[in-house]
Amino acid sequence: MARSIVGAIDWLTILIYFLLIIFGWINIYSASYGGDGGFVFNMDEPHTKQLLWIALSIILIVIILALEAKFYERFSSVIYVASLLSLLGLFVFGKTISGATSWYNLGFMGLQPSEFAKAATALAVAKFISDLQTNIKILNHQLKAFLIIALPALIIIPQPDPGSALVYVAFFFPLYREGLSVNYLIFGASAIVLFVTTLLIGPYWVVGVLFLSIITLLIINRNKKPNYSAYLITLLAIITFSFSVNYIFNNVFEQRHRDRFNIVLGKEVDSQGIGYNTNQSEIAIGSGGWLGKGWTQGTQTKGNFVPEQHTDYIFSTVGEEWGFLGSTLLIILFTTLFLRILHMAERSKSQFSRVYGYSVAGILFIHFVVNIGMVTGLLPTVGIPLPFFSYGGSGLWGFTILLFIFVKLDANRVNEW
Amino acid sequence: MRKLVLYSIIIVSGLVFIGRLFYLQVYNTSFAALSEGNAVKIIYDYPQRGYIFDRNDNLLVENQPSYDVMVIPRDLKPFDTLEFCKILKIEKEVLLKKLRKARNYSPRLPSVIVPQLTKDEYAYLQEKTRKYEGFYIQKRSLRSYKTKNAANVLGYIQEVNDRIIEKKPYYISGDLIGMQGVEGQYEEELRGIKGVKYLQKDRFNREIGPFKDGKYDTLPVRGKDITLTIDAKLQAYGEKLMTNKRGGIVAIEPKTGEILALVTAPNYAPDLLVGRKRSKNFTKLYYDSIANPLYDRGLMGEYPPGSPFKTITALIGLQENVIDTEEHISCRNGYYYGRNNRRLGCHSHRSPLSMVSGIAHSCNAYFATVYRRIIEKYPRPQLGIANWEKHVESFGLGNYLGYDLPVGKRGLIPDSTYYNRAYQYPKYKWYATGTISNAIGQGEVLATPIQLANMTAAIANKGFYYRPHIIKKINNQPIQDTLYTKPNHTTIAPKHFEPVIDGMREVFTNGTASFLQVKDIPICGKTGTAENYVKIDGKRTQLTDHSIFIAFAPKENPKIALAVFVENGYWGARYAGRIASLMIEKYIHDDISRKDLEEWILSHSLEEEYAKPYSGEPFKINQ
Repeated sequence: MARSIVGAIDWLTILIYFLLIIFGWINIYSASYGGDGGFVFNMDEPHTKQLLWIALSIILIVIILALEAKFYERFSSVIYVASLLSLLGLFVFGKTISGATSWYNLGFMGLQPSEFAKAATALAVAKFISDLQTNIKILNHQLKAFLIIALPALIIIPQPDPGSALVYVAFFFPLYREGLSVNYLIFGASAIVLFVTTLLIGPYWVVGVLFLSIITLLIINRNKKPNYSAYLITLLAIITFSFSVNYIFNNVFEQRHRDRFNIVLGKEVDSQGIGYNTNQSEIAIGSGGWLGKGWTQGTQTKGNFVPEQHTDYIFSTVGEEWGFLGSTLLIILFTTLFLRILHMAERSKSQFSRVYGYSVAGILFIHFVVNIGMVTGLLPTVGIPLPFFSYGGSGLWGFTILLFIFVKLDANRVNEW
Repeated sequence: MRKLVLYSIIIVSGLVFIGRLFYLQVYNTSFAALSEGNAVKIIYDYPQRGYIFDRNDNLLVENQPSYDVMVIPRDLKPFDTLEFCKILKIEKEVLLKKLRKARNYSPRLPSVIVPQLTKDEYAYLQEKTRKYEGFYIQKRSLRSYKTKNAANVLGYIQEVNDRIIEKKPYYISGDLIGMQGVEGQYEEELRGIKGVKYLQKDRFNREIGPFKDGKYDTLPVRGKDITLTIDAKLQAYGEKLMTNKRGGIVAIEPKTGEILALVTAPNYAPDLLVGRKRSKNFTKLYYDSIANPLYDRGLMGEYPPGSPFKTITALIGLQENVIDTEEHISCRNGYYYGRNNRRLGCHSHRSPLSMVSGIAHSCNAYFATVYRRIIEKYPRPQLGIANWEKHVESFGLGNYLGYDLPVGKRGLIPDSTYYNRAYQYPKYKWYATGTISNAIGQGEVLATPIQLANMTAAIANKGFYYRPHIIKKINNQPIQDTLYTKPNHTTIAPKHFEPVIDGMREVFTNGTASFLQVKDIPICGKTGTAENYVKIDGKRTQLTDHSIFIAFAPKENPKIALAVFVENGYWGARYAGRIASLMIEKYIHDDISRKDLEEWILSHSLEEEYAKPYSGEPFKINQ
């Protein structure tokens, strides 16, 4: 059996995984230690801790690969429930770090159950959809699937950790692949467009533009008998949405959330206060130029201008010290990994494996987009890590487990019938 | 199909990010500069500014430490403003206003709160400064003057303004720069090169050590000391003689072109423009538009040269061979010319006169005749003027002399274009007689005192001059610049100078300055009395004549050549001649034998004369 694993395992994925982890560690070293005075093995330094997490990850990988592939499918429900319980347990035993009660205190480290809940949810979704009785085109089944996905997210939001909850949008990937109507996507996209335009120009203008477009549509289609009720429903829905967005944004959101949106939308410029993180990170990346300033030579990195640089903002170190060349290579590396996972999912013979694969790709991808988008100033500030790259034990293990369960499932394809 | 949508989402996101990175890292270069600005702190180490010595190695200008109280607004903690104001002796409102201004300029960069504390104030504050976070004391170096004179020669130091910073990237806000005089001219030698230290900062703006182990740091280079050609004693004496008068004295050593004294009156004490009182004093000097103490009359004052210019007319006449030294020309109380028998007046003297006595008695008719012959030697006056102009300009008149001080004027030697325009040629014709005033240094001709002194040096040297200059040594190395060591030859043959110099000698022995002779020093000179006009309420009004004198001495192997202008001092020997002869005696003998003459000059003031045009009352001139 060991022999078949070695032959069937997807070595390209393993290679990318290790490249990311090693390159990530190199940057964590630079961001946290600075590089003057040589390497010091001190358990208080993030780079030494990360080395330990990496070593433990390798043990995890061995265990995951050693387990029977069927184990994951069979025990997916148990794992899912256990994961939900671990999230709920935070409300009782959780430890609060910088305002969020997201950790269990294990003494030498904090364990963040939301990092593991992603893999558990992915298993549960895969199990549910691959059930022979499930048909994702039926509304009832869709709602059940949404419930499986939303449960952990709903527990995570009040911790509060909206960033980690946002990740569950990733499950659109497998659902869409398995036949979920594209209308959900269109609906979601229009909601986002409407949301942004409302914030930018206000609900009255949105409604005004809407009336104009409807009149235009009526004139264009004047030869046909118009479906007045459809127009009316759309109109009412949009007006309601636009005004409620306006209301929620101004009355329910807290000021810090509003600020984050306003900065990305360009309505506010504030390089010292709330916009400081993004501004400093753009400066760090931008100062890298074509080839970067060289490893541990980043002035921004050394001066600790970018907050949380070894965790969420690690990419700014890449940008500053490795330049356009290095950061582009990193983007290509991630993109290749995602495409490879999709490819592996497609070649799998079992639906469970395929759905799980798409979930993995979706989860990693959404982390990637939100994180790089935030660090490069394209998206609002949402604190989630860059997979395999950011400092943090829970995160690294969560992603390792997520990925290597799929590597195991993929390696097992030769045994499927 | 559905597969492809997801594949494309991933690929498009990757491309968008690469595009964004390209924009941030390659396309938009402003981030790199921002990065340097907030991660690296630059500290400058200012070197000592070079000292200034006179030609006899007397120290004129050295440095004194000065202490500025600086603030970095964002490092400020609440503090006892009342006590702080008491220590610094400033009003609370002033402090608050300055703090507000500093914050507006930049919360992160230092601003000056109180400039230039004295040593005592500094000592007292230094003990307390730890209590006031955000404030610190910046040591700078200011000028300290060992002389009370020569402010116009030395120039001054000022803080750079935005315009200078923009033009000269060496300077940053708060730096000092030399302006005017030798401080301005030799700024790069005097200032040295400031040292730079780069410090790595963290996000709290704390310094966490040298940037890249000090790889880019440099040490300051001390400014060079310079030695001037000025004789401090002569300069001081000249300024003393010019008290209560307006005008200038320029003295040059003919055999080198070195400027021995450059006096302008009124002047100011150089230490007025140092320290905390600088801006108040500068404003006062700057806005004194009547006496104009910041205006260097020795270099900038353009006056009609008057009779000293007759020496040039004589030299050109000899060179052009239109007169010889023997010919006598008669004078009937003036020179009559033109169809209407117009007259160029002259004072009474014996007649007829040859060249030597013509110069000695300054006969207008003699030089008008010579001048007319010079111009009329050519078939058309345009050609005559052009030839005349060529000769005159070879004496350094009518153009910038190219000396090493930052200000100057061209003066004016009119050419044919000038007269063509003035007489609307070819609609109207003009003749030599239309320019006859040039013969006696009136009319259109204008010259600055330094140009006249240089012209005198050229006569003393019998036909050549060295470009006047103020620099003698840099870091004790004599200057080698051929600009100052190559003689400029005039267009007049050396032999023609003899009779003119004899004439200038006779001015003293038997002429207009005979009462100014100095024992043992054969002085050659020429008096001048120049009519001048100003506009008062738009009306051209004649004022009392300018008193002018040029001289060199001794006659053989001259050591000093000078020009003296005293505005509205009436006839040449009255003020300028007296001053010139005292200056020469002072320089050559270092002692004044004619105390009564000195006393006369020191006790006579022209302030009353200068007040006349501004009194609003009708006034009389030439009294």
